Amino acid sequence: MTRAMNLKAALLSLLLLLVLLGIWQLATMSSGGAGPSQAGMTAEQIEYQKMLGKDPGQVKSAGFPTPAEMGATAWKHLTNPFYDNGPNDKGIAIQLAWSLGRVGLGFLLACLVAVPLGFVIGMSPLLHKAFDPFIQVLKPISPLAWMPLALYTIKDSSTSGIFVIFICSVWPMLLNTAFGVASVKREWLAVASTLEVKPLRRAFRVILPAAAPTILTGMRISMGIAWLVIVAAEMLVGGTGIGYFVWNEWNNLSLTNVIFAILVIGVVGMLLDLSFAALQRRVTYVE
Amino acid sequence: MPAAVAGAGFLRIEQLSKAFAPAPAVFADVSFTLDRGEFVCIIGHSGCGKTTILNILAGLDSATSGHAFMDGRELAGPSLERGVVFQSHALMPWLTVRRNIAFAVQSRWPEWSAAQVDAQVRQFVALVGLDAAIDKKPSQLSGGMKQRVGIARAFAIQPKMLLLDEPFGALDALTRGTIQDELMRIVRQTQQTVFMITHDVDEAILLADRILLMSNGRETPDGWRPGNIAETVVNPLPRERTRAGLHHLDGYYALRNHIVDFLVTRARAS
Repeated sequence: MTRAMNLKAALLSLLLLLVLLGIWQLATMSSGGAGPSQAGMTAEQIEYQKMLGKDPGQVKSAGFPTPAEMGATAWKHLTNPFYDNGPNDKGIAIQLAWSLGRVGLGFLLACLVAVPLGFVIGMSPLLHKAFDPFIQVLKPISPLAWMPLALYTIKDSSTSGIFVIFICSVWPMLLNTAFGVASVKREWLAVASTLEVKPLRRAFRVILPAAAPTILTGMRISMGIAWLVIVAAEMLVGGTGIGYFVWNEWNNLSLTNVIFAILVIGVVGMLLDLSFAALQRRVTYVE
Repeated sequence: MPAAVAGAGFLRIEQLSKAFAPAPAVFADVSFTLDRGEFVCIIGHSGCGKTTILNILAGLDSATSGHAFMDGRELAGPSLERGVVFQSHALMPWLTVRRNIAFAVQSRWPEWSAAQVDAQVRQFVALVGLDAAIDKKPSQLSGGMKQRVGIARAFAIQPKMLLLDEPFGALDALTRGTIQDELMRIVRQTQQTVFMITHDVDEAILLADRILLMSNGRETPDGWRPGNIAETVVNPLPRERTRAGLHHLDGYYALRNHIVDFLVTRARAS
């Protein structure tokens, strides 16, 4: 039964999590912790230690953080997600909001270009062949390679980020839309022509619903790429955003914050994918 | 363009021929007429060009030469006046039965209100006996039910002529029998003009007023002879016939034997 298997899978996942946490704890137990103690040192010895850079009073996070430290940091971030202490110090929710906003805008622009263009390419084999070389050459270009070009021409870093999201997430949607439209069953098109359906009505009532599952698969893939790109783009251009947060905390050598941010990126990516999967289910049909 | 002459035939096919270049013509010199309210079946072996003729009549294909007229006007492309029932039901799988038929009704009468469209849909769904399944998707229906929806959709637009391309070919023998009865009842009730392709001799004898026997193209010592309508048989059986009592009627076996003889021995071009 599926319910029994779901339960078993959940328990197994939990077990895996505990094992991983256990391994983490064991691996970091030795390296983590306080520096040399202050007891039994004269004032001069303490001063000497400080000069060497080994301040005895300071508890440095030497090495990989322990799960306990990780938990503390996570709790600190999650309980106060909306604070704003200046341009480099904002709450995690604000950072996420900025990143999601950029992703949303870039993705929307990509949608507005990819779906109509894909439709046209799918309907016309001539245009498909004509556009193909451009698509094949531009598709494999990494977002980081687009960055310099974008920054030079667009100049504004935020807009460059959105442009890079657009140029990288447009391809899966474009190709999937073209494929979906070209694969619409001939018999449905024959029905539409015997009913004298006008081209626009045919596009919206026959071709689009028929191609919808394929188009939404493309959107789901594009969204995954867009989320990947925003983190990389933000690392490069800065501003407010989860990607820049990661880079900033790395520069602060605050590994707990970096790991926390990575986990947040993963969780948000998963949630985005789940929501597109739900959309996909809604337009899927059984033949 | 010749004017419509009374009695000259509601549907008139003249010297139709089709060749898929560079091959020689599949059929040539095909001429026949259909009167309003007539049910005509065309029967023949695979490859003789029956579906091509139907596609030409539906407007989905064009003839290499010859003319086809309906109501005095030459056929030019697909039209709502000629409804088609395809061999595979061709229902849209993302729409329910109701919405599938409503799509056709809205195409025919775009100015109708939602209530009018729904009334028409329900009327024809009742005609094929699928009221219980009206809000189901095609994947939830059996093959026979799907084909009945296809028939309801074609009838719902109330076309001048109905074209049926082996509509029961994909069904099992038992379902076929039931739907044949239904189709006959609906056709009698609506006085629909029908042109149907079939492989089934009994089906042709049950449903048709006239049966066209088509021969295949073949090589002869004198060269390639394209297929054509070898013979037109008028169904002598009484109009009020049923599937159950068909084989008891006088003249049934004579007619049946004649057609089977044709298919077995004379289906080659004469």
